[in-house]
Amino acid sequence: MPDDGRVVAGVAAVFREEHGRLLATLVRGFGDLDLAEEVAAEAIEAALVTWPRDGVPRRPGAWLLTTARRKAVDRLRRDRNHAARLALLRADAERAEVVAAPAGDDEDVPDERLRLFFACCHPALPMEARTALTLRCLGGMDTPEVARLFLVPTATMAQRIVRAKRKIRDARIPFRVPAAGELADRLPGVLRVLYLVFTEGYAAGTGTGLQRLDLVDEAVRLTRILLRLLPAEREVAGLLALMLLVDARRDARVDGSGRLVLLADQDRGRWDRALIEEGQTLVVRSLTGGDPGPYAVQAAIAALHVEAAGVETTDWPQIVALYDVLARIEPSPAVELNRAVAVAMRDGPTAGLALLDALRDDPRLRGGHLLPAARADLLRRLGRTDEAAAEYRAALETVGNDAERDFLRTRLDEVTPGS
Amino acid sequence: MMCGTPPRGTDEPEDPVKYMLLIYVPESRTAAPDPAEVGPMMEAYENFNKAVAEAGVWIAGDALHGTDTATTVKVDDGGTRLVTDGPFAETREILGGYYILDVPDLDSALDWAARCPGSQNGGSIELRPLVEFPTG
Repeated sequence: MPDDGRVVAGVAAVFREEHGRLLATLVRGFGDLDLAEEVAAEAIEAALVTWPRDGVPRRPGAWLLTTARRKAVDRLRRDRNHAARLALLRADAERAEVVAAPAGDDEDVPDERLRLFFACCHPALPMEARTALTLRCLGGMDTPEVARLFLVPTATMAQRIVRAKRKIRDARIPFRVPAAGELADRLPGVLRVLYLVFTEGYAAGTGTGLQRLDLVDEAVRLTRILLRLLPAEREVAGLLALMLLVDARRDARVDGSGRLVLLADQDRGRWDRALIEEGQTLVVRSLTGGDPGPYAVQAAIAALHVEAAGVETTDWPQIVALYDVLARIEPSPAVELNRAVAVAMRDGPTAGLALLDALRDDPRLRGGHLLPAARADLLRRLGRTDEAAAEYRAALETVGNDAERDFLRTRLDEVTPGS
Repeated sequence: MMCGTPPRGTDEPEDPVKYMLLIYVPESRTAAPDPAEVGPMMEAYENFNKAVAEAGVWIAGDALHGTDTATTVKVDDGGTRLVTDGPFAETREILGGYYILDVPDLDSALDWAARCPGSQNGGSIELRPLVEFPTG
């Protein structure tokens, strides 16, 4: 008999890993996300009672599925209205069979999570609901956890999720994997959700810390799952590569007191070599076999950063060339801004500043801190300290993250000595 | 959404659901249609009508007269009927026509909407599932 602590920890780990698979299989069978969620939760509860007593079963996934299926059948027997509603959705024999046949081995339980990815990330849902639903349904988080991650009250998040689930049900958003011909249209939407979860964690828009590592970890974990489900999709490999190559710098990005450390000043010995190697392999995979997608190009840029011994020896001409490619396949003011910064590294601050000046009237950058912060840095390097100070002040007005705010304030103090 | 994507069935039998496709067009276009555009537009709609009929998803569909023919009725709490001239709200885009299609799910409805001329050339289509009231 194993001791309780170990078993409970084991149950938690299994739950986290199995929840998405379990839910996806149940949704496939019953066509009802609410019912699937309820009986999945009940099966987990049952596991928490019986596993510590009897030990973790040999095939935890199959055990959970069988238990959840029984609970669903019980519930439908008790609740005729619910059953009638499902009959309306035609829980036909073919579908019941999918759920009724928990295979002998976990490997035989088909992985239905891809359907769930495409439903949770459906373009008919608002973006904030897509990220929330993905973390909840595929990440196995409960609503308070998701709410904490996005720094909103639990009630707000609960309402967001309820509305999204209602739309899935009433507008009949399907739990289906797009056909090969549609994938090019739909996959970017799924990748965007995962990318947003990652960037929200990596450069937290609000809050006290610069990074919210739980979000970063979850984005990486979900992207790994997606790549296992779609191994031939090079942009999935590109996105995972990008995440790993950026995340490899996490320990060097903040100092002991949580302050932002710029790329130029980072201790490159603290970069995670294993993540870099994995990322580099994935970059090659994402760039091989045709025109690269936007995530592959961004990953290639990240790879050039981590491959250099220092900022001076970074291959800036190549980085500018990659930003040129990115600006062509996925134009955006953010890409132009980053390209201008790379040009400043290649040709000097004056050249970069001229490019940034051209972006000043872009309404999409207005109200954000990125453009004034970038201009401030180049003006500072040119010794135009008064103008730099004005831009630092402008950036400080809109920055939402405390670590970045501290950094900008430090720089402002440097260019306004004696103030 | 690229147009011309062939609509396809789902990979499993589904209970069909009816969607209303509300076609919104810029007011200027309906007020004074460009004669050069009318012919191709009519032809595009004829092709679309043929496609939805052949796929067996068509339930209903009509074009509407302009908002200058619209009348709005509203009954207040006292039972008084308020009839006003014109559409409910002044907008740049007006409801120009509709389709009701019977398809398996939203993805399928979106495919049809993307093929419909009403979603092209500056127009847009709003999709709303029809409420199915239980019978009996």
